[in-house]
This record gives sequence, structure tokens and C-alpha cells, in this order.
Amino acid sequence: MLERIFTATAPEGGETPNPLLPADYDIIWSAVIFVILLTFFWFKVLPGFKNMLDERAKAIEGRLAEAEEAQRAAEHRTAAVMAEQEQLRAEASSIREEARSEGAQILAELKEQASKDAERLAESTKSSLVAERDAAARSLQAEIGALAIELASRIVGEKLKDDKVANKVVDDFISELEGKKTK
Amino acid sequence: MSLFTAEDGEFHPPSIYEFYPEIVLFEGTPFAINRIMMIRLIVLGVLLVLFWLWTRKFQQSVKTGQLVPGRFQLLGEMALNFVRKSIAHDQLGEKDGDRFLPLLTTIFFMVLGMNITGIIPFANIAGTSVIGIPLVLALAAYVTFIYAGVRRHGVKFFKNSLFPSGVPVYFYTLVTPIEFLSTFILRPVTLALRLLMNMIAGHLLLVLCFSATHFFFFQAEGIFQLFGAGTLLFGFAFTLFEILVAVLQAYVFTLLTTVYIQLALADEH
Repeated sequence: MLERIFTATAPEGGETPNPLLPADYDIIWSAVIFVILLTFFWFKVLPGFKNMLDERAKAIEGRLAEAEEAQRAAEHRTAAVMAEQEQLRAEASSIREEARSEGAQILAELKEQASKDAERLAESTKSSLVAERDAAARSLQAEIGALAIELASRIVGEKLKDDKVANKVVDDFISELEGKKTK
Repeated sequence: MSLFTAEDGEFHPPSIYEFYPEIVLFEGTPFAINRIMMIRLIVLGVLLVLFWLWTRKFQQSVKTGQLVPGRFQLLGEMALNFVRKSIAHDQLGEKDGDRFLPLLTTIFFMVLGMNITGIIPFANIAGTSVIGIPLVLALAAYVTFIYAGVRRHGVKFFKNSLFPSGVPVYFYTLVTPIEFLSTFILRPVTLALRLLMNMIAGHLLLVLCFSATHFFFFQAEGIFQLFGAGTLLFGFAFTLFEILVAVLQAYVFTLLTTVYIQLALADEH
């Protein structure tokens, strides 16, 4: 049909060319252009393109790996920090525990010391009291001797005639002293 | 062409001679050059420069370790990836897709580049509107899919293609000629003709619209001049349509080539 249109529209006279039959130059130039383009794309454009895509994929993968690495390192660091914290916490609690027990020990020691001191103080007080009483007794005995001598001399001096009376007086006096002393 | 020659007061419809402009160089030799050959060579130059620039960008980005492509580079990547991913990898898988990628890429960008000159001012005719390029590309596709089949299946490729399994033996008298015709004759012929006729028809439509516009505006009288506005509008619409056709035909040609290769590689037919 197309051919009929061409024939109809062709100017009169002259051969009507058939568009389905290629002229030699047409085929040759088409083939030349095709071969040039094919070679160009095959050996120049597409290898460059593919190379670029490969490099990009590699680089992107590399960056992903890098990021993964960084993430792993960060996780590692976090874990280390947490472990350290845990350790510190444990250490702190153990220190606290130690301090508490030490404090209790110190308190106990102090209490013991204090009770000992108090005991010692009481002891020393008691002994000093005993010593003072002894001293007082001693001084009293000395005074009693003197008083006895004085009384004796008085009795001897005034009522030496009645031995019985004299003896009774002496006895009474001594028992009186004895009673005083034991009181 | 007829856009500028309709000056004698008559309307000149477009003719087949649109596609046979006079030869300007090397007349009589097999390397004769006319306007269409010149357009083809210019397209070749543009494609070479464009893709050379893109390749240089790719190499630079590898060298500098620059991962993020610029706008220009991204455009090239999208163009190349369109053929690589949407056509080759989708149909053939990554391995075979990459094997046949050079041919597919060449076909796509060559057809696209040659088609688009149909609507580029001062070129105004597609490099594919003469049968040379459609024929050469169809031949390349033909040789390639037969090569792919023979390489994969050996002689069994022809047996698989001509004697499809699961058909009763006596049907082969009917099926085999049909298969032969469709696979080994009609495939390349339809590839070439589809592209050629699309481009010829597109060009004729545009010439018709614009030469009619010219005629109505400058030769017609009175109310008929208004028809020019209509034909101009049609011309504009068909120009847009031709852009679509240019891309679509490039895509279809490449996709069909890929499908033929894929069918040749497939184990069962």
C-alpha cells in the first residue's frame, strides 16, 4: 500500500525509487556508523560505566563495613564502660561494707576500752579509799595510845588506892574504845 | 525541501523523493553522501562526543573516589542504566544481559539518535527513515540471536526452533514452515520495516502538515488561510508525537532484539 502511495505521489517521469531497496552508500554508511558505535560502546563506554558502578558498589560496601566496624567499636566501648561501672559499684559497696564493719569493730574496741578504764578507775578509787581509811585508823590508834596513857596517868594519880576500882575503870575504858573502834 | 519550494502557487504533496536528496559528495562511489548521510554522520559525532564526555566523568569519579554523581553524570547513568537494567537485566538476567549489553546499548542509542533528528530543526528528517540503518541493525540482531542460540544449544537450537516439542509429529509439516518463516524471516524483516515505516510515515506527516500550512498561509486566499492555523496545530501535535515515536521505536527495537536473544537462550521453546 505504501508503495502505491509513493507511486501516486511521485512526480511524473523518472523511476520511482523503492524505499525497501537500499542504495549501496546507504548500507555502507549505516554499517560504518554501526560498527563505530558498537566498538565505542563495547570497548570504551560500557567498561568505563561498569568499572564506575563496581567502584561505587565497592566503596559503598566499604563504607558500610566501616560503619559496622565503628558500631562494633562503640558497642565494645559501651560494654567496657558498663563493666567498669559495675566494678566500681562493687568496689564502692565493698568499701562501704568494710568501713561499716571496721566502724563496728572500732566502736566495740572503744566500748571495751571505756569499760576497762571505768573498772580501773573504780579499782583505784577503792584502793585509795582503803589506804586513807588505814591511814586514819593508824593515826587514830596513835592518838588512842596517847589518850590511854593520859587516862592511865590520871587514874594512877588520883584513885590508885582502890585497885578494884582502878581495874574496872581501865577495863571499861578499853571496852569503850573497842566498841568505838568496831562501830 | 517541499516546505520551502512551494512557491509557484500549487500545493506540493510530499513524495518519496523526500528520502532521496541529491548527493553532495563522492557521487557515484559507494561512499556517496547526501543530506541524510550527513545527518547520520553528525548524529554519530554527537553520540561519540556525548558518551565520551560521560565516560570521562565516570573515569574521573573512579579516580577521585567521588561517589555522588553530578547532574550530568547522573543523566548518563540513567540513560545507560535504562538499557542495562530495564531491558537487558530484566529480560536476560545479569550475566547474559551483560554479555549482550554492547549490542543492545548500541542499538538503543543509535536508533534513538537517528530517530530524533526527524523533529530537530534544520535536520527535519530521521536518519532511520532510509532503510540502511534499520536493515543493518536488524541484521545485527538476527545474527546475534542466532549466535546466542547456537552458542548455548549447538545445532539443537535449530531443532528447538523449527520442531517445537509437544507437537504431534504429523503437525510438523504445518508447524515447521510457520516457525521457520516467523523466526528466521519475519523477525528481522519486521524489525527493520517497523522502524523504517514509522520514520517514513512520521516524516511524511510532518511534511504534509507544514507544507499545507505554508500553502494555506501564503498561496490560499480569504477564509482558506485560516486552515493554515489548523494544519500548523496538527504539525505541532505530530511533532510531539514524533518525539514519542522516536523514543518508543528505539525502545521497541532494543526490547525485541533482547526478547529474540532471550528466546534463543531459553531451554524450551
